[in-house]
Amino acid sequence: MVGMLEIQSLYVGYGKETVLADFTISVRPGEVLALVGPNGAGKTTLIKAVSGVLQAQAGMIRVNGKDLNRLPAMERARYLAVVPQARNLPAAFTVWQTVMMGRTPFLGWLGKASEQDRARARWALERTNTLSLAKRRVDELSGGEQQRVLLARALAQDTPILLMDEPTAHLDLQHQSNLLNLTRRLAEEQDLAVLMALHDLNLVALYADRAALLVEGRLRAAGTPSEVLTPQRLSEVYQIPLHVIAHPEYGTPLVLPDGRQKVSTSST
Amino acid sequence: MLSALVFSVAIGAVFIPPGTLTRMLVSFFPGVRLQLDWPETFNVIIFSIRLPHTILIAMTGAALSGSGAVYQGLFRNPLADPYLIGVASGAGLGAVLAMSLRWPNDLLGLFTIPAAAFVGATATVILVYFLARSGKSMPTTTLILAGVAVGSFTSALTSYLMLRSEGEVRRALAWLLGGSSMSGWDPVMAALPYIAIGLGALVFSGHPLNVLQFGDEQAQQMGLNVERIKAFLVLAASLTTAAAVAFSGVIGFVGLIVPHLVRILWGPDYRHLVPLSILGGATMLLIADLLARILLAPQELPVGVITALAGAPFFLWVLRRAKERSFW
Repeated sequence: MVGMLEIQSLYVGYGKETVLADFTISVRPGEVLALVGPNGAGKTTLIKAVSGVLQAQAGMIRVNGKDLNRLPAMERARYLAVVPQARNLPAAFTVWQTVMMGRTPFLGWLGKASEQDRARARWALERTNTLSLAKRRVDELSGGEQQRVLLARALAQDTPILLMDEPTAHLDLQHQSNLLNLTRRLAEEQDLAVLMALHDLNLVALYADRAALLVEGRLRAAGTPSEVLTPQRLSEVYQIPLHVIAHPEYGTPLVLPDGRQKVSTSST
Repeated sequence: MLSALVFSVAIGAVFIPPGTLTRMLVSFFPGVRLQLDWPETFNVIIFSIRLPHTILIAMTGAALSGSGAVYQGLFRNPLADPYLIGVASGAGLGAVLAMSLRWPNDLLGLFTIPAAAFVGATATVILVYFLARSGKSMPTTTLILAGVAVGSFTSALTSYLMLRSEGEVRRALAWLLGGSSMSGWDPVMAALPYIAIGLGALVFSGHPLNVLQFGDEQAQQMGLNVERIKAFLVLAASLTTAAAVAFSGVIGFVGLIVPHLVRILWGPDYRHLVPLSILGGATMLLIADLLARILLAPQELPVGVITALAGAPFFLWVLRRAKERSFW
């Protein structure tokens, strides 16, 4: 299934407090949209609300016009899958067991897998380059490998929408680049609509088709990375002076902090 | 691996009565014809005393470690067992309360004990749940702290009740130590429906338990109705625990150790872990009960003493062997 994710005037919060207000955006099939913004801006809250972990206070989350807010977890999980950060994973499961759990929305209470389920899981492992790891235990893998396994689990879920919450947070440069390239390629090939929280602005500029800047729970700007990541706006939002220069090869924006603050030498 | 455990249960069950008893038990199975060369009184001993006792013990072991495995998975905590979250203490309080009001002698009265224990267990779970709940979430740490606190409180109430009912103090104490002091078929029949329903529900919950290992959030995102499934599992496990505690008292370690042994030997998949824990729990408690009855014969030790005395070192031995790999 190919699907478009539409979020309309969404309000989300904890208790009576509203963390995310009047948020509207849509993600098209084949597109990678990056959510950016300072810590505490509401990126993770948005991912939680869209995936159904947090109940929205108001607003709509629709895939192909179908309102997800009214759907039970199992049906919602057929529309969107989440790639979380690879942290605190159950250590003793094998990669294969982990990826098969992505088939949960299609399995019964007993979790009995059909040949079709296994084929989809195998496909997901192949596409993420983790098939050779299938029999290994999750805790024997590197951080980059674990993150790819989680991507495979989400792919096994066979959804039109993919949500990712800081998938590169604990990865080194090489694995960050590999994972995001892989995500982009999958989005294009499979016509996936990808909504990704990502705080590294330079990765956003390189790998996202569009960016949405969240500040204090509100959408400040949305558009291509070049449109959104302007020096004035970023300096104001991040409250430190920033430079934006062009990537030497692609011309995409590169964000640099404005040097060092002067160290005060006075004794008081 | 399943057959290995079924086999060991069979051996355990058959091995318990030495000598003639073995042959008598064999003759209990349909289709087996043996020469009836034992006195009629033996039949009474076996079929009215030993056999129901054995079955009760096996049921108790199965119930405690089956629900122990589920609690560990449910709370994603290797220390979780029926005692840690206060369920067993709550069940104990319920049972003692029922007994102190009226020591039941008939079958109907016996049915009320697990019912009271279940009420106690469920009330404890609900109390712990609301104490541990903050906002819409329920952090595991808070849950276990609340469980331990409520468990201690209910245990204290139980002790108080037992000290008050003087004539039954000795009997109640033996019960509390896991002496399985009740005998005959009545407790078996009274506990069976509860344990069968509870364990029946738990045995088939392996897949949701597996998915829950990724945390509530990810489980929900993978399509699990987390709140409902957790409530279902807590109720089923509490029902099972309550029935076991009601007739066999507080037997420690079985619910904690057996699931870990199974996990070390056969891995973390709850679809195998729960049924194997049930079989393993029955086996282990049968062996412990056997030891309890023959070690200081003709005196009988409470089973709880054996499970702790033998179980703990054995567990530590296995734990050390498995150390190089985290099995949890």
